[in-house]
Amino acid sequence: MTRRLFGPLIAVATLLFAGAPVLIAWAPYESTMGLVQKIFYFHVASWVMMFLSAFVCGVASAVFLFKGRVAADRVAAAAAELAVIFGLIGLVTGPLWARKAWGVWWQWDARLTMALVLWMIFTAYLLLREYGGSGSEKLAAGVALFGLANVPFVYWSVNVWRTIHPTTNVVPTLVPGMAGALWWSLVAFLLLYTAAMMARVRLEGQRAALDQLYRDLDDWGGQPHNEG
Amino acid sequence: MSLPSATIGQASSVDFDRLVFDDVSRYFGRRRALAHVSFESCAGEVVGLVGPNGAGKSTVLALAATTLQASSGQVCYGDRSAAELGPALRGRVGLLAHELQLYPELTARENLEFFAALFGLDRVAERSVEALERAGLGSRADDPVSGFSRGMRQRVALERALLHDPTLLLLDEPFTGLDEASAEVLIERLRTLKAAGRIVLLTTHDFENAEAVVDRVMLLKAGRVAAIDSSTGSLRDRYRHAMRGEAVPGGAV
Amino acid sequence: MSRFAQVAWLVMRKDLTVEARSRELLLTTLFFAVSTVLVFAFGFVRDGRAVEDAAAGILWIAIAFAGTLALGRTFERERYHDVLHALLLAPVDRPAIYVGKLLGIVALLAAVEAVVVPLVALLFQAGLFRYPLRAAALLGLGTIGFAAVGTLFAAMLVRARSRDVLLPVLLYPITIPVIIAGVRGTAALLQPEPDLAMAGAWTGMLVFFDVVFITLSLWTFEPVMTE
Repeated sequence: MTRRLFGPLIAVATLLFAGAPVLIAWAPYESTMGLVQKIFYFHVASWVMMFLSAFVCGVASAVFLFKGRVAADRVAAAAAELAVIFGLIGLVTGPLWARKAWGVWWQWDARLTMALVLWMIFTAYLLLREYGGSGSEKLAAGVALFGLANVPFVYWSVNVWRTIHPTTNVVPTLVPGMAGALWWSLVAFLLLYTAAMMARVRLEGQRAALDQLYRDLDDWGGQPHNEG
Repeated sequence: MSLPSATIGQASSVDFDRLVFDDVSRYFGRRRALAHVSFESCAGEVVGLVGPNGAGKSTVLALAATTLQASSGQVCYGDRSAAELGPALRGRVGLLAHELQLYPELTARENLEFFAALFGLDRVAERSVEALERAGLGSRADDPVSGFSRGMRQRVALERALLHDPTLLLLDEPFTGLDEASAEVLIERLRTLKAAGRIVLLTTHDFENAEAVVDRVMLLKAGRVAAIDSSTGSLRDRYRHAMRGEAVPGGAV
Repeated sequence: MSRFAQVAWLVMRKDLTVEARSRELLLTTLFFAVSTVLVFAFGFVRDGRAVEDAAAGILWIAIAFAGTLALGRTFERERYHDVLHALLLAPVDRPAIYVGKLLGIVALLAAVEAVVVPLVALLFQAGLFRYPLRAAALLGLGTIGFAAVGTLFAAMLVRARSRDVLLPVLLYPITIPVIIAGVRGTAALLQPEPDLAMAGAWTGMLVFFDVVFITLSLWTFEPVMTE
């Protein structure tokens, strides 16, 4: 089922991505930001994907932790990786925007800070899985669950923290042409995300199946038999 | 979920008269710790687990102690699994692990009293004193465990494992560090437990001492049961024989 | 006393007995916290006076750093000789063990704060005692929140490799709301014109944080501790 969907999904995503530059070029030129404003369409889309992926990872981790479903752990691992990757795109494109908008590469803007914190949590998740040794997937699931529960607290605290020293916030008000390009990008990113998730979960599934094959081979080959 | 509950004690409803491993495997990723192990061990029986290092002896004990969960297969206590029996099951299991699980900063008495109270036993102080007397350490009761020799710690740890009179007793290398007299005391103790209908599982490399008390021997090799043997005769000879018999040239593992 | 409370009490009393005997954790953690304050003083003191809000920041960084160290050490004691497994083998509700360890670490950190807070007040001319109850509420709730997450993570890292470095790596991003609340709430009290409403808002957030994360920890302790 998912395998048959994969091809068309990739095709549509490719088409959308091919069309995106055209739409973005057509979108109204933003006068204060100039050309750099065009980053906005991919920047926002990648942040949205990171938040979505973080949510998927947290929920899947809870299912793994409390229901013991191994498949959920594979989804969580894939989602954490994608959250970090899309977050990285956001973290690279963000400063490019900030340089033009605020004259500095990094601004402790509430949204930026929050995205950074969330990105850190899921990077920590991956570090734990990578270097924690055997059994660390369960521990990582706990981290992901805590990371998800933490989102409202980070949101609130970062916002209040920032409003103490308010800064100018240059997010353009969206004129119709811009909204169209943004939605287009969002759909393109969502399809890409879905395709990447499917591929990644399948890879994890095959890795598990391979492990199973190794064990079965071991079982078969290691069976006590007497002929020399 | 599992918030305050005062009902956990040693209700007799969790008691059982045999330990059953049904096709139990445990993997760590691709690495096999234990594969398709099946055996049954009954009340009033002492089963010895022997085998080379890394054969999976300690894994069997950890699985029986519920500190490790099986990747596949089932460990049953009587007719029920650990999941069905719940936390109360742990009150019927005693484990003497390879690491002795004592706080070195605390005295022998404090260690025993702490675990007795944790297990929800009555007469905490009296029990601890009696246990220390049995271990022959009555005069050292108030010395920190850090000053004890391996053999003395081993004796304290054994008493800790037996404090709550467990139905299932799991001993990892119980003869390690014991002098001859202490080993004899332990053997006598195991005979008493056997007579009282306890289930005892012990791993050992000390064939001479084990011989005196073990009813059946299970030989583990590379995570599998290579042989279960209840014949008599020198344990060392049987072990050697079994190891040789299993050595298949060109075979996997 | 319910069995749950009894187990938590036993575990905490055991930790405090060990600590009273060796004083290792208390003394090393305390000295570490003081060193942290000193190191940061070199960064944030200009012309003999600390820069604005530095005192609040330094205080909370010292608590977070010292707390991480203490958390790692207290579970090292359980890992040493594999005693943690013996605790988990007891026929008790396992979350009670978590609560016992949490209480022990909070008691230890409270002792450390009893020295570090006056020290920061003294060194940076910070009016930490102007509103003793409000400051104590912030400190207490912040410490509990930090330790609640930290105790769970340190407990589960007992069986992980590279646990020394992984503990802060996991703990700091998750406890960022606690740090922000602690620093901003304390800073609000230390301002020339104290902003009591703001300090109150942060205290309120800490209450929510503590409730949510202690509940989550009680739920997850059992599943993350089973191998």
